Amino acid sequence: MSVITLTINEQLVSAQSEQTLLEAIREQGVEIPTLCHLEGLSDKGGCRLCMVEAVGTNRLMPACVTKVQEGMNVRTESERLVEYRKMIIELLLSERNHICAVCVMNGHCELQSLAANLGVNHVRYEYVVPDLPMDASHERFVQDQNRCILCVRCVRVCHEVEGAHNWDVMGRGVNSMVIADLYQPWGSSRSCTGCGKCVQVCPTGALSKKGSTVAEMVKHHDFLGWIMNGREKNIWEYR
Amino acid sequence: MNRPELQAMAEQEIERQKKFRGRLLYCTSTACVSSGATAVQEALEPKIKLLKDEIELVPTGCMGLCGRGPLVTVQMKDQPEVIYENVTPELATEIIDKHVLPHKPAPITEHVLQTDVPFFTKQTRIVLANSGVINPERLEEYVARGGYSALAHALREMTPRDVCHELIHSGLRGRGGAGFPTGLKWNMVRKAVGDRKYVVANGDEGDPGAYMDRTLMESDPHRVLEGMAIAGYAVGAEQGYVYVRGEYPLAIKRLEKAIRTAERKGLLGSRVMESGFNFRVDIRIGAGAFVCGEETALMASIMGKRGQPVTRPPYPAESGLWGHPTLINNVETFGNIAAIIAQGAEWYSKIGTAKSKGTKIFALTGNIVNSGLIEVPMGITLREIVFEIGGGMMSGRTYKAAQTGGPSGGCIPTEHLDTPVDYESLKALGSMMGSGGLIVMDDTTCMPKIAKFFMEFCMDESCGKCVPCRVGTMQMHRLLGHITNGSATEDDLKRLEELCLLVRDTSLCGLGNSSPNPILSTLRYFRSEYEAHIKGHTCPAGECEMSERPILDLAELMHQHQPVEMEVS
Amino acid sequence: MTNKIRLGTAWLGGCSGCHMSFLDLDERLLELAAAADLVYSPIADLKEFPEGVDVALVEGAVANIDHVELAKKIRERSKIVVSFGDCAVTGNVTILRNRFGVDDLLTMVYREGPGKAPLGHEADGIIPYLLPKVLPLHQVISVDAYVPGCPPSADRIWAAVTALLRGEKVSLEEELITFG
Repeated sequence: MSVITLTINEQLVSAQSEQTLLEAIREQGVEIPTLCHLEGLSDKGGCRLCMVEAVGTNRLMPACVTKVQEGMNVRTESERLVEYRKMIIELLLSERNHICAVCVMNGHCELQSLAANLGVNHVRYEYVVPDLPMDASHERFVQDQNRCILCVRCVRVCHEVEGAHNWDVMGRGVNSMVIADLYQPWGSSRSCTGCGKCVQVCPTGALSKKGSTVAEMVKHHDFLGWIMNGREKNIWEYR
Repeated sequence: MNRPELQAMAEQEIERQKKFRGRLLYCTSTACVSSGATAVQEALEPKIKLLKDEIELVPTGCMGLCGRGPLVTVQMKDQPEVIYENVTPELATEIIDKHVLPHKPAPITEHVLQTDVPFFTKQTRIVLANSGVINPERLEEYVARGGYSALAHALREMTPRDVCHELIHSGLRGRGGAGFPTGLKWNMVRKAVGDRKYVVANGDEGDPGAYMDRTLMESDPHRVLEGMAIAGYAVGAEQGYVYVRGEYPLAIKRLEKAIRTAERKGLLGSRVMESGFNFRVDIRIGAGAFVCGEETALMASIMGKRGQPVTRPPYPAESGLWGHPTLINNVETFGNIAAIIAQGAEWYSKIGTAKSKGTKIFALTGNIVNSGLIEVPMGITLREIVFEIGGGMMSGRTYKAAQTGGPSGGCIPTEHLDTPVDYESLKALGSMMGSGGLIVMDDTTCMPKIAKFFMEFCMDESCGKCVPCRVGTMQMHRLLGHITNGSATEDDLKRLEELCLLVRDTSLCGLGNSSPNPILSTLRYFRSEYEAHIKGHTCPAGECEMSERPILDLAELMHQHQPVEMEVS
Repeated sequence: MTNKIRLGTAWLGGCSGCHMSFLDLDERLLELAAAADLVYSPIADLKEFPEGVDVALVEGAVANIDHVELAKKIRERSKIVVSFGDCAVTGNVTILRNRFGVDDLLTMVYREGPGKAPLGHEADGIIPYLLPKVLPLHQVISVDAYVPGCPPSADRIWAAVTALLRGEKVSLEEELITFG
């Protein structure tokens, strides 16, 4: 692994050649919004919130799936980037029924706090209000398609960490849906181990513990770091 | 099969064809089959059976003028070739009775296509040279017209490096639409380090109105295979995949047969043409997702994964199928290879413009007299394509715009008809070469409605992986819906334009990046039409019903106690 | 007296919870009363939205034709229109009926149960027409400031109102603009 230098917000910094741009940016203490990214899972570059500008060109790059390169020169904030990030959040809020007031994750939701953080105080686009189902067939958990933003963290954690691959995506475009097995009720899925990792990594109220009511659901991701450290470095220390 | 055996096969076939007094070719491509070619074949077969030593009946690929199908070509010795259009079983019988049989009582005057018209004379057929001329299911006919001699030449007389450099010098660029220099790409894969490499032909043609790749695979499958084999030799790959969409059953059937025949004859498989080079080709059938035409999604599909694109870099040339260096080209690009290797880069680079060499196949459709498949030299003007080759607008209407590049392209208005057709010029006009769909529209076409049509396509075909494409296309489609139904405000137009930029700049793959092009280009050339819908509440082309009102007008109308029908959806 | 701000509050398609939260301003209401005249409000029983309003707080989503008319009037007669609470800002719970057609909705709610209520179009002039789709306020008229929340807390309301009383633009901190 070699060390390279790049410029982030006019600051010359060094990074490991294997690092992603996102890692290098965050290492510098620069804040940059992400939603589908989660430390410990593979990156898919789907939410497009971590787009940064390549200085001197008109090009935008997703920081989470771009490897650092010698001489790279990026800007993480600009009028255009701020506007685009707001628009993306607005698009997500318009897509499904994100009614914060009656959501189990109210007050703890990543989408909700990111919207506020980016200054989204209203949505310019037409609310789609799709008719989507809930699945409460699992004995301990509930899936609510109305709150899903298709970040597929659940799909990734189930496949990559738990190794069960209970979740996957059905359909395409706005009709995409995260489903259990081959569209079985979650409760009758044979691949689900009931570990609950998907619930903990879900950024919104799409997956929750059964019995939680409005604002009661709180999630913790830190187990991922614990598992990854244990597997890769044999350090079993809950930090 | 080695080189002398190949030559012998060609000579035998030429001799065999010479024995006949004439050949009767009928098109069996999808377009002609859908307009009744099978019935024509059934009428012809029993008649020809009686003349089996005199006349050969040849099922061929596409003859080009698809809008006038079924087409039949009669090639009699010592007579000029005649093409018949809109052939019915009755006419087919008549053709044999009056034209083919020696004692012809009277020549047929109806349904005869002139072959000296611009539709034919303005074309330069390189990739389609055999299309409509040979039986695509017979290897011998391909070989008789020089088939596989380019592969033989490359294997014996050229190093892989020579092949790549020949292509670089030819100036050939990718025919899938983006126009990346093919030779450079081949050279990248050749130089890439890997114990295994792959060659992939992209036949997942999905643009509305486009059928160039389908026709090529149906009409001359060996040409594609030969191009792929040369590629395999040049980049060091032993495995090739042709990725064909499932909606092209005839193309799949012909390719399967061609692969089997070529393998049996030693033109594919182990020790190709008795050289040390091995090359297998397998077909992979797409399940009908447009996004699988995007190279990373296509490769995901080949590997059995969900057909979704991934971020580049790494490019396939570096890390493609199963992480190995992979050369991926459009089917039409592979269709150019044999000709370039056989006739040389110098010959090829003389065709076309400074930066865009060779020819391009277009599927010419829309409100135009001659719709069909054409192959023209790069640099030809759109005016020549539309008014000479295409024969102008149908029923005397006025030209309004031509849409190139499908859902990723844009509309080109009258004032730019004299622009030469090449990669750069089309891009400068806000459109793109694309894979070759060319839809001509007259003054009855509403531009916002066309933009809505293409946006609906993109919305339906978005894979859903990234937010701007998944939700942005839907919101753009909704806004266009408001514009075309009369309920839009000026704010809606502003939001539409903002969304265009977001989706263009932040989408993950080309499908999303280019999806706003139909809107951006129609806004560029036909902005007044959008404004007429919004401010004037009228559709200038008269296509949109405009049955709704902006919400605030609705209140006013209600207030005046006028009954208003509100759509409940 | 003359330099007092003319304040109006309106109630469209919402539960009135935002107005309840407004009353939770408690003793701050006295401070507000000293600086502003309440010229229109569901808690003040005034029939017509007056002319020359400085600040209008509008609660609720736009759900029927009366809402559209009132919203239009508010916009024409007010300098600053504030989208007040989640229903006005996002449609919130009110918008959830958009997945049904209006007739289906009325049938489900009023006709399939006991008794028989008239359908919207049968009750012309008595019950206002329901719009086919509920809309947030800013998708009907232009809005100058947003105070999200279901309901917005009294502190949020106070932050917005005091800014307006000072003649400043409403620019709420991150923690004061979360939805829900």
